[in-house]
Amino acid sequence: MVEQLKHNLIPQHEKLSEEQKQRLFEKYNISFKELPKIHVSDAAIRHLDPKYGDVIKITRKSPTAGRAIFYRGVSRD
Amino acid sequence: MEETFTHKKISSIKFGLMGPKIIKDMSSAKIVTPELYDKEGYPVDGGLMDVRLGVIDPGLKCKTCGLKLKECPGHFGYIELARPVVHIKFIDVVLDVLRMTCSSCSRLLLSDEKIAQVAKSFEKLSEITDEKNQRILVKKLIAEAKTLSKCPHCQAKQEKVKLEKPSTFLENEKRINPIEVRARLERIPDEDLNLIGINSEVARPEWMILTVLPIPPVTMRPSITLETGERSEDDLTHKLGDIVRINQRLFENINAGAPEIIIEDLWDLLQYHVTTFFDNEVSQLPPARHRSGQPLKTLTARIKFKEGRIRHNLAGKRTNFSARTVIGPDPKLEINEVGVPRVFAMKLTVPERITTWNEQYLKAFVQKGPTDYPGATYIVRPDGRRKKITDETKEQLLEEIQPGFIVERHLLDGDVVLFNRQPSLHKMSMMCHRVRVLDGLTLRLNPAVCTPYNADFDGDEMNLHVPQTEEARAEAEILMEVQTQIISPRFGLSVIGGTQDAISGNYLLTQEGYKVSYETAVDILMRLGLVDFSRLPKKKEVTGKEVFSVLLPEDLDFKSPNKLYKTEPENPESMVVIKKGQLKHGFMDSSNLGEGSGLLLRQIYKLYGPEKGVLFLGRVYRLGIEVLFIDGFTAGISDIDLTQEGDDKIKSILDKIDKEVLLLIKKFDDGKLEALPGRTEEETLELKLLQLLNRARNDAGAVALDNTIYSNTIDMIKSGARGSSIHIAQMSALVGQQAVHGSRVNKGYNDRTLSCFKRGDKGSLAHGFIRSSFKDGMKPYETFFMAMTGRDSLMDTALRTPKSGYLYRRLANAMQDLKIDYDFTVRDASGKIVQFNYGEDGVAVAKSEGGHINVKRIISNILEN
Repeated sequence: MVEQLKHNLIPQHEKLSEEQKQRLFEKYNISFKELPKIHVSDAAIRHLDPKYGDVIKITRKSPTAGRAIFYRGVSRD
Repeated sequence: MEETFTHKKISSIKFGLMGPKIIKDMSSAKIVTPELYDKEGYPVDGGLMDVRLGVIDPGLKCKTCGLKLKECPGHFGYIELARPVVHIKFIDVVLDVLRMTCSSCSRLLLSDEKIAQVAKSFEKLSEITDEKNQRILVKKLIAEAKTLSKCPHCQAKQEKVKLEKPSTFLENEKRINPIEVRARLERIPDEDLNLIGINSEVARPEWMILTVLPIPPVTMRPSITLETGERSEDDLTHKLGDIVRINQRLFENINAGAPEIIIEDLWDLLQYHVTTFFDNEVSQLPPARHRSGQPLKTLTARIKFKEGRIRHNLAGKRTNFSARTVIGPDPKLEINEVGVPRVFAMKLTVPERITTWNEQYLKAFVQKGPTDYPGATYIVRPDGRRKKITDETKEQLLEEIQPGFIVERHLLDGDVVLFNRQPSLHKMSMMCHRVRVLDGLTLRLNPAVCTPYNADFDGDEMNLHVPQTEEARAEAEILMEVQTQIISPRFGLSVIGGTQDAISGNYLLTQEGYKVSYETAVDILMRLGLVDFSRLPKKKEVTGKEVFSVLLPEDLDFKSPNKLYKTEPENPESMVVIKKGQLKHGFMDSSNLGEGSGLLLRQIYKLYGPEKGVLFLGRVYRLGIEVLFIDGFTAGISDIDLTQEGDDKIKSILDKIDKEVLLLIKKFDDGKLEALPGRTEEETLELKLLQLLNRARNDAGAVALDNTIYSNTIDMIKSGARGSSIHIAQMSALVGQQAVHGSRVNKGYNDRTLSCFKRGDKGSLAHGFIRSSFKDGMKPYETFFMAMTGRDSLMDTALRTPKSGYLYRRLANAMQDLKIDYDFTVRDASGKIVQFNYGEDGVAVAKSEGGHINVKRIISNILEN
């Protein structure tokens, strides 16, 4: 079986702790609503056991910046 | 003139339906008769043109508000319908509601528990999510309620309600008339309605069945008086007349106790008229027509579609103070100028306010009048009255004029205008130029700005707009003037640069050993508009580099490789070195002067600002052209004659390729060709052959360029002004492989492309490899292949242009509200984050060099100073 998460094109996904989450909201002066979304059942975050309201940190390779960090809020189905 | 404004803020907007009571309350007249005017031509009381509904005749006063024509906004009226009719635009909603409610008790077809549960989850939902999710929930609910066949409240059996298009409801194949429908809807309790997404406070469902019909004010359906004195009524008035007439007849028949069939017929007719009043293009209904046979334009047609209010009048506006014609080139203009024909300049005007300081200056324009060129067409008095300047009124106006008046004078040299070419895909598609009034009838522009507009002169037309206020002019000047637009925000390099002759001219001028007499040099420079020749060395003969240096800023230091650097990095001429504004060595070519890559331009723009940058570019452009005028610059067929040596080399390349092709095919036939991953052996062969044959043409290109006798054509290629080695190869050596749909030619007859080849021939000739050159002429079969590619690429462009245009439109619409915030996040209008750091690296592309920040250069600059 192909291990999807280790595939070159799947960036690293992590779940933020409650404290990290609050710090993120404060940094950008936003609430959960302003975050881009990711579906609960998204294959890339299934192993993180996500719940509605969680924030996922995505670390990607970027042609312009080398490494780019992105955040997404877990949406309900 | 003091104007007083009342400022008010809209706190909320509520949408709902109009019930009979609301309609009656807002009406100022009840309409009872289809007659319009009496014998004297005065509007009949209670008719459709009742003066209480507003006035459209000059002289009459509105009976409701007492205002005259153009002042009275118009007022609604109403008619009482003899029998209720269905509103055609709400028919789907009515059907849905009928299906999910009980036919006898009118409760929602959901059990009490379910209702309670939904109500609860509804409350929770409205707290956290938006309306979109609520709507999805309501949809689910509706689908569920429709399926029940027994009412959980009164246990009555439910029949399926069907809609017979356009507006008849059937239950169990029996017709239920609008009265019955309305009765059922009336019985539905408010709480049930709120669950299915209907706010019962503003929209009771029974209001979708009309008992009274609002009559729109006469001001929105004015009648036209023909030359013959006859009146021609608006389509809406005609339709309303029909409704009132049928309604009256229905009333009379009901009162007279006519048989049910007659009443039913009239009722259906009333339904038809009311339906077509709202929408005359309902399917299954014949559209109501004029006597001439053309369909009436009723309410829906007024709003919807291309000619409707929204797309025609709201989304599509027309503008005054604009012009459009064919464009033409004029390199003598500055880059930020536009040549405007004199006749245009006399129609387009600029309003200028008179002050004590410019009174004499503006009076001179009024004195000249509208027909003498630098004149004026109108004056505007402080009270806002516009006066046309004519020969008769001129003297009087001149006396009257004083500070505070506004003069609308003709367009003058130096005025600020906007210049635009469609499709406006860019911000550079609409730039601000300075006017130069010229003879002729076309708009003129410097050929250097063709690139941002994507214009050429094969019949292109462009638009010109004259800003009318100080604010608009300032905005245009600061944000949109050509010099501010040179650096593209797309890739951070200049979009405007030298092209064609400008590059080849400067290339020749700056060659080592190019000399002109002092007189010629002064001559050229003077034609660029220079008057100060102190920087030109006072020698009998000056070099081209010295002439070029005169244009450079005096303190410029610059170092950059040119196109020669790749092949001859040791040659001092391959590195452009400018010290203290003197071109020391290296020649100019497209890598320093061209568009996009133009590094010298980029540097001057950055160091000396937009004004100097655009001035430099303009001068360099004209310098190139003037240089070519000295000896002339032409091209001919002999330019591409190959030397004997070159001919031999090309031949050997072709021989070598032929051998390799045969080898590859043999390998394939023997089954020894190894297939590439994911491809069959045939595909691999095709791919490898294509690669091989394309390489042949590239090799031939290099050989041809090196073995051609020196000529102007070669100069153009070497300077990067036009053409490439491939073009030389195609003309002098071989045209090369033709591709259709990205692969070799594979179409035609069974197993072969043309009937002159053997079946199954895989060779290069049989699949579109053209060995002949354009100069020698092609073989018949080669001509066929060439034509195939030609047709293919024509198709490609014809199909791609509209597709990419639509794609662009969708992108632009999706991203129109995105902006970069102060914390570098990209957000939309509602503050939602799209990117956390613009472009992931936060670089402002317009201020970078090709999207990158040249850290090396910055450091060396700091260290040097």
